[in-house]
Amino acid sequence: MVLGSTWQRILGTAGSGGEPSQSSPVPSVPAVLSVQELRKVYGSTTAVDGISFEVGRNEIVGLLGPNGAGKTTTINMILGVLEPSAGSIRIEGIDIATDRSQALERTNFAGVYAPLPGNLTVVQNLRIFGLLYGVRNLAERIEALLQQFDLVRLRNVKSGVLSSGEQTRLCLAKALLNRPRLLLLDEPTASLDPATARDIRATIREFAAQDTGGLLWTSHNMYEVEDVCDRVLFLSHGKILLAGDPKTLPRAHGKETLEELFIAVAREPLALERV
Amino acid sequence: MQFNRTAAIALRQYYLIRGSVARVSPLFAWVAIDIVLWGFITKYLNTITPGFNFVPTFLGAVLLWDFFSRVMHGVTIAFLEDVWSRNFLNLFATPLSISEYVGGLVLSSSATSAVGLAVMLVLATTVFGLSFFAYGALFVPFLLVLFLFGIALGIVGSGVVLRFGPAAEWFIWPLPALLAPFAAVFYPLSTLPPWMQLLARLLPPSYVFEGMRRIIAGGAAPATPLLWGGCLAALYILLAGWFFTRIYRHAVRTGLLARYSAESLS
Repeated sequence: MVLGSTWQRILGTAGSGGEPSQSSPVPSVPAVLSVQELRKVYGSTTAVDGISFEVGRNEIVGLLGPNGAGKTTTINMILGVLEPSAGSIRIEGIDIATDRSQALERTNFAGVYAPLPGNLTVVQNLRIFGLLYGVRNLAERIEALLQQFDLVRLRNVKSGVLSSGEQTRLCLAKALLNRPRLLLLDEPTASLDPATARDIRATIREFAAQDTGGLLWTSHNMYEVEDVCDRVLFLSHGKILLAGDPKTLPRAHGKETLEELFIAVAREPLALERV
Repeated sequence: MQFNRTAAIALRQYYLIRGSVARVSPLFAWVAIDIVLWGFITKYLNTITPGFNFVPTFLGAVLLWDFFSRVMHGVTIAFLEDVWSRNFLNLFATPLSISEYVGGLVLSSSATSAVGLAVMLVLATTVFGLSFFAYGALFVPFLLVLFLFGIALGIVGSGVVLRFGPAAEWFIWPLPALLAPFAAVFYPLSTLPPWMQLLARLLPPSYVFEGMRRIIAGGAAPATPLLWGGCLAALYILLAGWFFTRIYRHAVRTGLLARYSAESLS
């Protein structure tokens, strides 16, 4: 959290909110993720409408918004599985459009909608994705992650028969295999009980604090967002409406809690745009 | 291109096959049944048509055609495993490139089709007395041309499923059967009407089967036509790679790839 705040000061992106985040280039230290004027249009529908933001080192940024706001579309574009209509995405300064493999070596993700193949065991999945990400000392890394995510006893169990909580832990283990500089988590605790979710949050905070990575996190659990994120971006209709510190942002917009602010964004985005 | 990523795709296929009887048995069961069935048919034909040995003509053709089909299916089955397990999002969010992915499918198919070929060779030679010395040294280029064309067709089939969704797998299973009449597997090319002959000359297997029959009839080794067949097969591999890449890019541009994991296309 402290490191995240430090980075925000460097980037000048932390604030009580109101203004969408704008990029602040730091020549010597490129942001982990730099998104510029990103846009995705499907026919006459604009899913993402020219958004710009950055994720700094050791920073956890929450990407919030109602269903259909453009969060998953944004994440898919950052993952290289969806081509933007316009704009650029740089991971540690590497443009994903021109150096896709190099950029994605530095990235990983976990999403509730992307479980690992259920017909492979836990350890087989980790080995295959470890090879795909070019992880060095793969066997040791797998053992460490099995320990970290309490998957040792499940190592030879087919992933498809794991409980949803166990599958989430496996997805998170896969997401940390390559010690990513940019970690994308799409509702990572959605199917977890409160105790496991708390442990997972702690692990992710530890990752952000210890390694040099940054995190982009989506969640509908506002308590969790406030607890974990250094900065949040509120998306509505493909645009960033608000950005700032999740602890101070609600009051800056006349709301008591982040959840109230979320509901306002979902129901009255135009009113907030005028704030 | 990094080999470890290509190897990861092949390793995945190995894990799946190793752990599943349902995946192991098709590697050899269907081709073995084909060899047994056609082995007895050729034996019977030999008894009613004395003086002509049907074994190298028919049983050899069945073996070579089944090898081609196994190569093609080897590529598509490895691809379909990702469709069935909704794995595209996980796979293509990694540094894996299209050439590495397709390379992995080809590597998987090489291994699985080799198993089928070995089973067919053992059965055909030991039970039905098929001697591959009859084909001479050209047996290897015969296999190579069929392998290349099988890979090309497998890549095209995978592209079709990627473009039209999981249900389109039913387009690709019968592809070898659709091509068989044109490829002149069991009869000389001259048997076909002119328009079919024209199409047959565009298919690399037709050069293999024409060459096979010429050798069995005691003719000269058909090196030039076979080379032409090999060049055609290589060209089709390049075209198939271009086709698959184009389909993949279309899927990335339109969002089909990202939504494929949700099976929204089915």
